[in-house]
Amino acid sequence: SQAAWCELPTRVLLVLTSQRGVQMYESDGSTMVFWHALDVPEHPAAHSVFARGIAAAGGRFICVGTSFGAVLVFDIPPKGTNVTLSEVLEQHQDPITDIAAEQGQAQDGAGDLVTADDSGTLCLWSTGEEFTLLGKIPGSGSSCSSVTLWNGIVAAGYGNGQIRLWEAGSGRIRAQVSAHARWIYALDLAPLTGKLLSGAEDSFVHVWKLSRNPDTDDIEIQHCHAECVTDTQVCGARFCDPAGDTFAVTGYDLSEILCY
Amino acid sequence: MSSRTLPLLFLNLGGEMLYILDQRLRAQSIPGEKARKDEWTDVDRKRVMNDIIATMFNKKFMEELFKPQDLYSKKALRTVYDRLAHASIMRLNQASMDKLYDLMTMAFKYQVLLCPRPRDILLVTFNHLDAIKDFISESPGILNQVDETFRRLIETYNCLSDGEFQLIRQTLLIFFQDMHIRVSIFLKDKVQNSNGRFVLPISGPVPWGTEVPGLIRIFNHKGVEVKRAEFTAGNYVTPQREGSFELYGDRVLKLGTNMYSVTRPVETHMSGSSKNLASQAKENISPNPLAKEELNFLARLLGGLDIQKPAGGETGFRLNLFTTDEEEEHAAQTRPEELSYKVINIEATQEPGRRAELSRILGELVVAEPRPGSAEKGEDLLALMDGL
Repeated sequence: SQAAWCELPTRVLLVLTSQRGVQMYESDGSTMVFWHALDVPEHPAAHSVFARGIAAAGGRFICVGTSFGAVLVFDIPPKGTNVTLSEVLEQHQDPITDIAAEQGQAQDGAGDLVTADDSGTLCLWSTGEEFTLLGKIPGSGSSCSSVTLWNGIVAAGYGNGQIRLWEAGSGRIRAQVSAHARWIYALDLAPLTGKLLSGAEDSFVHVWKLSRNPDTDDIEIQHCHAECVTDTQVCGARFCDPAGDTFAVTGYDLSEILCY
Repeated sequence: MSSRTLPLLFLNLGGEMLYILDQRLRAQSIPGEKARKDEWTDVDRKRVMNDIIATMFNKKFMEELFKPQDLYSKKALRTVYDRLAHASIMRLNQASMDKLYDLMTMAFKYQVLLCPRPRDILLVTFNHLDAIKDFISESPGILNQVDETFRRLIETYNCLSDGEFQLIRQTLLIFFQDMHIRVSIFLKDKVQNSNGRFVLPISGPVPWGTEVPGLIRIFNHKGVEVKRAEFTAGNYVTPQREGSFELYGDRVLKLGTNMYSVTRPVETHMSGSSKNLASQAKENISPNPLAKEELNFLARLLGGLDIQKPAGGETGFRLNLFTTDEEEEHAAQTRPEELSYKVINIEATQEPGRRAELSRILGELVVAEPRPGSAEKGEDLLALMDGL
């Protein structure tokens, strides 16, 4: 199950995903605005059914991934409950792991949405009335567990502990980091500074700095800081502000949220 | 949540149970000629191990187990092991059974947590099965059953992706969440802290397929590497080789192998007050509306399993998981309320109607002599056991 705040220009919705489907609530939790049930087979199937991966996109949509590999695109009205399923994107063959919208400045032709799946495949999209697939980056054996998109740079975290930076426009790899010794659970980006946060099962949280030189088009990633949350497998890590000056961490068996 | 988790949970917990029982039986055994009628001998030990393993790997049981389904609740699962532990001439008091279950669950929790890759859970399972095959190496019939299950595991799980294994792992971790019972053997070996949490090392070999953390490689738009940078994180090294996922082979991974030996008695410590008990207490106290559903399932699974009464007709050979009877008695009395499993304690629910129904089901579970009109399933199981 996941929970995410989806910020759209006109409203903020709380979106929850689970084995049953998707639920959307008003930001004060007062009313359920919408719910979409996944087609659950009669008897428990060998393959799990669930929704996973949430992102607000294009100033108007909320995208949710599914275990079938499909991405559901919901059109959100400025207010009220008239949410409609606008499109179903079917480019992934494997369960969706994460979805991210462009948090900085989209580059020309680079798209403003990226979707990732269990095979490590990434799809780049341009949002709108109809979403267009702009490019596909094939996986190389490891699940892409989380993804962010900033200034045309896709930062992807993988189950084998790697972080890779891809150029959204061309789909080319621009950086490869042996970042963690275990499954990366969380990636977060601070859009004002380009700071990247990664948290993994190896109990480490790392802060990185992404940069893109507009003239030379050089893309870089630097390591800023390492934090070891002793004896804790980190499950969640998020910046608390858009500049990335503070961040919060959660872990397995941990009933506290740690703030740094 | 993954619907393929139950077989792995059941087999690994079962494996841990057998390690512990084997150790205790050996510790309490008396040489054959010198034993009194109520004391354990080597022959008795082997018989108990054989009986339990044969029951565990029963074909129909395994078929049910491998069907895609949700995990049982902790209570329901505990009842399964209660039945299993009593599948032979051995008897365990509530306190000993509690301790046994605590040890089993904490051991497997540790193994799941420390698995380098999600799919290494399979290697842990194979380690348990390898050891089980060793226990019954002299009984070809039961050995066959175990090999069958082994092949079934390979067939079902070897093809799953990392993502699916991670889902299974997450399902297991949720099952074990907030369990922090301290185990003396873990505390001594420094794999568990005094607050009950496991130590997660930040050194040693990285998982197979992962690179040692520390390297940043930058590429230009032509794909040529133009820069390298390093950073420090932990003290990791490259792994030597990958474990085998075949029927026979070196698993490489030590998790899931037998860590008990005859000379190391194992104690568990309850923490009387723990911040996380609130959720546990709630789980135990509120009547589980699905309890009846699950018990039906259990009743079906175990069918008409015959619990063999010992020759003397008295309570049978009792195994004590503690060092003395007094210790066992004391443990029973001092077990914190929140940590009691309240397993057979179905009376926990207040509704009289439900109580009657549950008691009826319980009555069906406790089998004495050949039951009139029992389902063919029960007879099949009996026939199967007789044939061994």
